[in-house]
Amino acid sequence: MRRETWQAWLLILPAVVLLVAFTHWPALMTFIDSLFSTPRGSRAPVYVGFDNYQSVFEDPVFWQALRNNFIYAVATIPASVVIALGMALAVNTALPGRALLRMAYFTPTMLPMIAVANIWLFFYTPDYGLFDQVAAWFGLGRHNWLGNPATALPAMIVVAVWKEAGFFMIFYLAALQAMPPDLAEAAALEGSSRANYLRRVTLPLLMPTTLFVLVNAVINAFRLIDHIVVMTRGGPDNATTLLLYYIYQTGFRFWDTATAATLTVVLLALLGLLAALQFGVLARRVHYR
Amino acid sequence: MSTRSLEIAGAWLLGVLWVLPLLYAFWTAFHPAAYATHFDITAPLTLRNFRTAWQAAPFARYFLNTTLLVTLILVAQFVICTPAAFAFARMTFPGRDIIFAIVLLQLMVMPDVLLVGNYRIMAQLHIVDTILAIALPYLGSAFGIFLLRQTFRMVPQELDDAARLEGSTLLGRLWRVYVPLARPTYIAYGLVSVSYHWNNFLWPLVITNSVTTRPLTVGLSVFASTDQGIDWSIITAATLMTSAPLLVAFLLFQRQFVQSFMRAGIK
Repeated sequence: MRRETWQAWLLILPAVVLLVAFTHWPALMTFIDSLFSTPRGSRAPVYVGFDNYQSVFEDPVFWQALRNNFIYAVATIPASVVIALGMALAVNTALPGRALLRMAYFTPTMLPMIAVANIWLFFYTPDYGLFDQVAAWFGLGRHNWLGNPATALPAMIVVAVWKEAGFFMIFYLAALQAMPPDLAEAAALEGSSRANYLRRVTLPLLMPTTLFVLVNAVINAFRLIDHIVVMTRGGPDNATTLLLYYIYQTGFRFWDTATAATLTVVLLALLGLLAALQFGVLARRVHYR
Repeated sequence: MSTRSLEIAGAWLLGVLWVLPLLYAFWTAFHPAAYATHFDITAPLTLRNFRTAWQAAPFARYFLNTTLLVTLILVAQFVICTPAAFAFARMTFPGRDIIFAIVLLQLMVMPDVLLVGNYRIMAQLHIVDTILAIALPYLGSAFGIFLLRQTFRMVPQELDDAARLEGSTLLGRLWRVYVPLARPTYIAYGLVSVSYHWNNFLWPLVITNSVTTRPLTVGLSVFASTDQGIDWSIITAATLMTSAPLLVAFLLFQRQFVQSFMRAGIK
């Protein structure tokens, strides 16, 4: 064998072994586990084919988690991306207190989600939380924001948008600063309005960034559930149960590992589908330089 | 001009909204509990909430655990991902593109989602409830390999050739030519990695169950959910305490942080 070949293989070996052992291998094992029953006490797992999938698909909580996650994603992703873009456009111009403003936008990114959750938990507290105090000024009564199924999920969405927008802003800001200034000058000479310039020049040039941000936002919508664990535990009445939270609950609260494995496979399939969709649809509209 | 001032006002309103939760947390943490929910500029400042929180839970141990965890992950990621990134960037070998594609799959299927599978593996290895078990799934990092590979590919080939002519070995060239030139990428990757793992919660929550292994985030959640009742002043103090090192580092090195996150995101 060529010297370079085995040298290269030696160099990649540790990384590839670790990567496969804790990403691909568990993913494969999860799929296999989903075809067996959960071991209970001395009862060994038995092969059950796709029975676990059938019971998952008959489980109303699963469908609710899926619906919740869909609503959560559809609300969180566009809101955080649009706010991020607005923030980036704002701090990319000469603005009084620009550095301070940029810092304000970015700070939530540095906080652990669990710290964020604690702070917001306080905000949402009935009667003396900030939200109810503000509501009281307007003569509105007491709200149990997290205890009411109608407001609990929106409350989670607000927290997620607040946490993520500043992070995405950074990527837009980087892209904006890399744009050649003569483009704006040329547009100004031709008398193009700012709105027109934004729509015709800036946004198309930002498409690669938007794709990158969207991929991250989609992954986060399914991955980041720390605030759910701390703030609502999926409640009330499963109103804030997201898919990964349901996996956590099934696997590590009820210790039903087979069902948790099945749910994980469904989540992975969903993520794969979304990835294919994003790259298929969006990649065609992206102008790479 | 009025649309412009409207825009500025809007930007600032958003900024105020974005720091408000943090300011509110500071207010609560540094004042006696009686002032937690109403504002009074004359309210006395106090550090008692911090002292109470510090004494009520083993936060010193949690700090140690998180520091160990973050250091272990950072060092191991650098040592493991550097040679792999170099091989993918500058060497030709059969199977390179397929293996690289397999590596990149991790960007979509992240260890955070594979709680059940990874827990089982850790149980089989008998390392449940260890700091090593928290770190292991993140050591072979596709993100790190990808980032370093992109950087190594930009190193001028002439520098590599010159070192080769001087008789440098493969590892010698990697160490003396590539690693020094990739310094900004290492800083960027390091900052992203440290802040990610300082803040990581779900996997550590699942895999740890004792004081000697729990990182700060899990310790904080245990502290906040047990008998603290509704003493928000103390919970908020604990919350700020756990975020403080990262927050202070961010305020001090704001420019580097922002640039690092940008660098890590540009492909």
